[in-house]
Amino acid sequence: MKPFYKVLLAAIIVAALLSPFASAAPDGLERVATDLGFIEKGEGSQVMESPVPDYAFPGIENEAVATAMAGVAGTALTFAAMYGLARLLKKKDRSLS
Amino acid sequence: MHIPDGFLNAQTWAPAYLLSAGAIGYSIKKSREELSERQVPRLGVMAAFIFAAQMVNFPVIAGVASGHLLGAALAAIMLGPWSACIVISTVLAIQMLFFGDGGITALGANMFNMAVIGVLTAYLLYSLLSRLLPGPMGRNVSVFVTAWFSVMASALLASLELGLSHSVHQVSLSFILKGMLGVHALIGIGEGLITVAVVNFMDKIGFAGGKGAGEGVSRS
Repeated sequence: MKPFYKVLLAAIIVAALLSPFASAAPDGLERVATDLGFIEKGEGSQVMESPVPDYAFPGIENEAVATAMAGVAGTALTFAAMYGLARLLKKKDRSLS
Repeated sequence: MHIPDGFLNAQTWAPAYLLSAGAIGYSIKKSREELSERQVPRLGVMAAFIFAAQMVNFPVIAGVASGHLLGAALAAIMLGPWSACIVISTVLAIQMLFFGDGGITALGANMFNMAVIGVLTAYLLYSLLSRLLPGPMGRNVSVFVTAWFSVMASALLASLELGLSHSVHQVSLSFILKGMLGVHALIGIGEGLITVAVVNFMDKIGFAGGKGAGEGVSRS
């Protein structure tokens, strides 16, 4: 297996199997914003709605499954977007011209 | 440390967009000069891996605070600074657009903190440390220290932006700095351990392209 397939497989495994076990505690910034009393400045301030809020696929009752699905979908989407973008940004291949 | 909408005032987030746009524009220019065909899939999988790893929050103070991999050091060490900047920016854009993680107004600031300053800090520090500390153990130490400082640099910038947005929350910069750097000093330990493990995994499978460790940084 080519190295980049192994890393892609690792990414999918992490997204599918580890993401449901992620700590639900606030992250560093949320912790600080809560402690310093300005966390509510972010609540209801969101400018744009997102299709998969909080990394949980909507309409799926089982939380772990909803998170794992969001993880795998996001990982695939990120791969596709970055691959496509990198193709556009690579240097001109002079050997073909 | 994805800043949401509402935390920063426009006097802060608007200039941050300009700074990020400039840095990303320069990275794109460098890509067009240097990015080879065989690097293309590596950027894709690095972005995918960092997206996945960012979902896995680890506890830093049980039940009180958590953190997750940032990946700026990982990407900078494995791919070099220009590709790393583009990779982290892409991850941040997708997280904001599709998952509501970080606000659209704060995207420029988040990119500046993590994709620009986080990556730049990692690149400069790793370039230095990898020369000073040879051998596999030296590499591990260099990777760990680089990862820790890249998180601290991003947290410092986020703190300064929050400090500049004093009109929003009336909290003084010194409290923000103390809180942000304190918790991220712990998160940075997780960043360091994960980055060392992943770099070793990627070295072992030959992800960087078979020219040996640190191809990304040493060739850039």
